[in-house]
Formats: sequence, structure tokens, C-alpha cells
Amino acid sequence: MAKFDAEARAGLSLIAPPFLYALVILAAPLLTILAYSFLTDGYLEIIRDFTWTNYAQVMSDPIVRVVMTRSLIVAMVVTAVTVLLAFPVAYYVSFVVRPERKSLWLFLITIPFWTSYLIRVFLWKVILGYNGVVNSSLTGLGIIDEPLTFILYNVNSIVITLAHAYAPFAILPIFVALEKIDRSLLEAGRDLGESRAMTFWRVTLPLAMPGVLAAVLIVFIPTIGDYVTPEVIGGGKIPMIANMIQVQMLALDNRPLGSALAVTAMLIVAVISLIFLFLNRRFLKVRQ
Amino acid sequence: MSIHSKGRGLQAYAVLYLLFLYAPILLLPIFAFNSGTIIAFPLQGFTTEWFSQMWANATLRRALTNSLTIAVSSSVLATCLGVFAARASTRFRFPGRGGMMGFIMLPMVLPEIIVAMSLLVVLLGMGVQLSLLTVILGHALICMPYAIAILSTAFSSLDRSLEEAAFDLGESKWGAFRLITLPLVMPGIISSLLISFTISLDEFIIAFFLAGNEPTLPTYIFSQLRFPRAIPVIMALGTVLVILSIVLLAIGEYFRRRGNARIGGSPTGGLL
Repeated sequence: MAKFDAEARAGLSLIAPPFLYALVILAAPLLTILAYSFLTDGYLEIIRDFTWTNYAQVMSDPIVRVVMTRSLIVAMVVTAVTVLLAFPVAYYVSFVVRPERKSLWLFLITIPFWTSYLIRVFLWKVILGYNGVVNSSLTGLGIIDEPLTFILYNVNSIVITLAHAYAPFAILPIFVALEKIDRSLLEAGRDLGESRAMTFWRVTLPLAMPGVLAAVLIVFIPTIGDYVTPEVIGGGKIPMIANMIQVQMLALDNRPLGSALAVTAMLIVAVISLIFLFLNRRFLKVRQ
Repeated sequence: MSIHSKGRGLQAYAVLYLLFLYAPILLLPIFAFNSGTIIAFPLQGFTTEWFSQMWANATLRRALTNSLTIAVSSSVLATCLGVFAARASTRFRFPGRGGMMGFIMLPMVLPEIIVAMSLLVVLLGMGVQLSLLTVILGHALICMPYAIAILSTAFSSLDRSLEEAAFDLGESKWGAFRLITLPLVMPGIISSLLISFTISLDEFIIAFFLAGNEPTLPTYIFSQLRFPRAIPVIMALGTVLVILSIVLLAIGEYFRRRGNARIGGSPTGGLL
């Protein structure tokens, strides 16, 4: 018992510095936002009266609803596209690539994720734009006469750009789940007379599901809060929720309303994530 | 036979996918050396004009100095804090470990706009002057989870008996850590420093909102994207930054793998 106490004390004193840092730099500001969301915005100052008005305003404002719905739809489409496109790549690296080449593949996949996010987003605008790479090549080849309009500075181009930006985030968790699968299970499936497709469907996929679920959440949550892509691609005309929070907080200087927006957005994301995990709970049990 | 055809189909797809991932990055040098001022095809001619304009730009130099200051400070801070967390979570069992670690890792998935806005509101509310220091505080927070992910692999594959042997031979706790543990996890520490440095160098949101009037490289780039005439120089800058990031990440990867080899770990894993 005394040994456990000493170990617990050693562990707690070690974790204290990073934990306190996260408390001061992250938890305290988040709690402040929560407190602000219940206060009233006055001229040049914040009036310390408790109120639900900010939330009432967030709930009833049609613009908030449009922007929130847009953010949710964009994030869901991006997540679906990213995870579906990523799965075969993760599968390829885990099952087909020779073990000594795996880390090279993972390295190649993660590099673009860490290089000049802003410039990459801007380059998608260049690639998809009116005189962009796609349109000028297609017109040059005589395939189309008029530039394609469905990829011009709109929600579609936001989806393409975000799907590109978060691709590695989806591959890594799926890869980890696939790596953990005991290969003898697949052989057993084949030996028992299942076809390759059925083995994949009944053995590989269910075992890979924890990774797929992690990939979904790890793409969905940051995507819905993306600020740069709507700003650069949409030129500020197609705001998502992050842009709206920023405008309320700074440009309009209404911090209580901005805070209420931020808290509402976080709540919606949390609720959706929990529902999603609940619906897929049987896959999470598989691992135990 | 069917294994081969299936493998080949998947391989073709994976290569196409990599091409999609690298498409924007591959375009960068093409436009950086193109003499046309408009970023579009067909290309005009070859020039290094944009690179010389880039070196001559005083604001850009200031942004570079600021970015380097921020990246060095926040990567050192994040890695120091990460060493504590990784050591605690891999070596000791204590109440609340999962919860505390989960909270520390939270910035990995939390949208940066939330981190930036809440921190900004608090700083403004307290009357703190926005500066490079406030950006460093924010960057260290978002680099810390990545640092911990790398350092945890390094710490978890440590053989505990090596430390115990050092104790038995009369070393103090600190002596054993300094002489045995630290050298063994050093590759992990270097890898963590390099990755945190790269993340900080490329981070935009926190720098945009918390830097006050000081430019960093990403905020400078953002301010220039509105001006079509400034774009070729930005393409040149982007080319340099991408090459720099790839070199740093490759060195980080080299150290991470060397560390794994030293303690007999597998070559994959790392950030996972």
C-alpha cells in the first residue's frame, strides 16, 4: 500500500507541470468563454448580469442556422469522402506493402500535412479557379468550352480543399487498427471456406472499425471548426461557424454572443460525436 | 495470382492518392520559377526574380525572425512539458492518469479557432499586451500532444531494469535519469523538438489572433494572398518553406527510427 502511494505521488508530481500548463492555457480560457456566454454585451464593456439572451439569439437567428447547417454538412461530407478515400490506402500500406517499407509510406503520407497549410489551401483555389489548372487544361484540350462552374469558389471547392488537408488524419488511425489485426484470423476465415470478399466484410472490416471511428471523429471535429479554408476559398462570402465566431468576437466586438456561439458549436459537435459513438458501440466492444 | 492483381490495383490507387496529396506542393516550384505574374497555365518563362525579391523584403525578414523565435521557444517548452507527461504516463500508475492525459492531449482534436479565441478573450480581459510571448504560450499548448505522442513511444519501450541496475550501482534518482534514461530517449526528444518546430512554424490561426501587430511567416503569407502581384513571391517563399519542412521532418524521422532501433522497437509507429 505504501509502495502504491509513493508511486502515485511520483506520477502525480511528474504530470503536474504539463497538466497545470493545460489548465491555465486551455481550461481557464474555455471556462471564461462559458462564463462570458451568460453575460450581457454593453457598449465598450461587458455587463455582469446573468442572462440566457445570447443563447436565445443564437437559437433563433436564421443566419446562425444557415452557417451552422453549412458547417455541419461540409464537415460530414468531408469526413465521409476523406475516410472512404483513405481506407484503401491504409489497407494497402498495412496488408500489401513490405514491413520495411511501411514507415516510408507513412512518412510520405504525413509530409503534406505538415507543410504550409495556408499555401496549400490557396493553391487549391488556383487549381480549381476560373483560369485554374483544371479549367484551363480542360478548355485547352477542347473537352469543355466554358470553365466548370461547380468547383468555382463555392462549397464544393471548400469540401475538396478540406478533404485534401485532413487526409493523413484519416489514414493513420485506420492503419493502426489494421496493423493490430491478427493475420491468422484472416487465414482461418479463408480456410473455413469464406471468399476473400466475405473474409474482408466479416473479419477485417469489423476489426478495423475502431480505427475508422477514430478517423471519423479526428477528421470531423477539426474540419467543422476550420477557419482558413472558407476564408481563402470562399473569400469570406461562404462563412462557416469558425468565421462567424471570429466576426462576433472581434469585428463586431460582441464577446458574449461570440462566446455563446462557440459554446453552442462545441456542444453540437460533442453531442453528434457521442451519438455517432453510441450508434457504433458494438464495434468498440469487438476489441475487448 | 489473385493476390498480385489485387495488390497491383491497390498500389495504383495508393500512388494516385499520393499524387493527389502532393498535387498542390508540386505546383509550388513550378509557379515560383515562372516569370508570369499570374498564377495560371500556360507558363511564361524561367526566372529567379521572385526569390531575389523575397530576400530583399524587410517585412518578410522580420516575419522570419519572429517565426523562428516562436518556433524555437515553443518547441523547447512543449518538449520539456512533454517529457514530464510521457515519463509520468508510461512509468507510473496514479489516480486520474487517463483523465489528465486525455485533457492534455485535447488540443490535438480541438479546433484551433476555439483555442485561439478563448485565449484571446482572456488575455484581452486581463489587459495583457499581445506579443510573440502570447503566441509561444498558445503554440506550446498545441505542440504538446504531438510531443507527448512521440516521447511516449520513446519512454514506453525503455527497459526498466537498466534504471534499476543504475540504482543498485549507487546512482541517485537524478543520476540514473541523466546517465541512463536521457541518453536512451534522446532521439525521441530531438524528433519531438523538430516536429514541434515544424508545427509551430506552419501554424496560422493562433499566430494570427495572438501576435498583435507582429508578423509571422504564415500571417504574412495570409496578408499577401489578397494581392495578385504579391503571389509569385509567396510561391517562392512557399517553395523554400516546404523544402525546409521536409528536411526537418526527415531528420526528425531519422532520429525517431534510430531511437527505436536503439531500444529494439519496431520501425513503424511513432506518432500513432
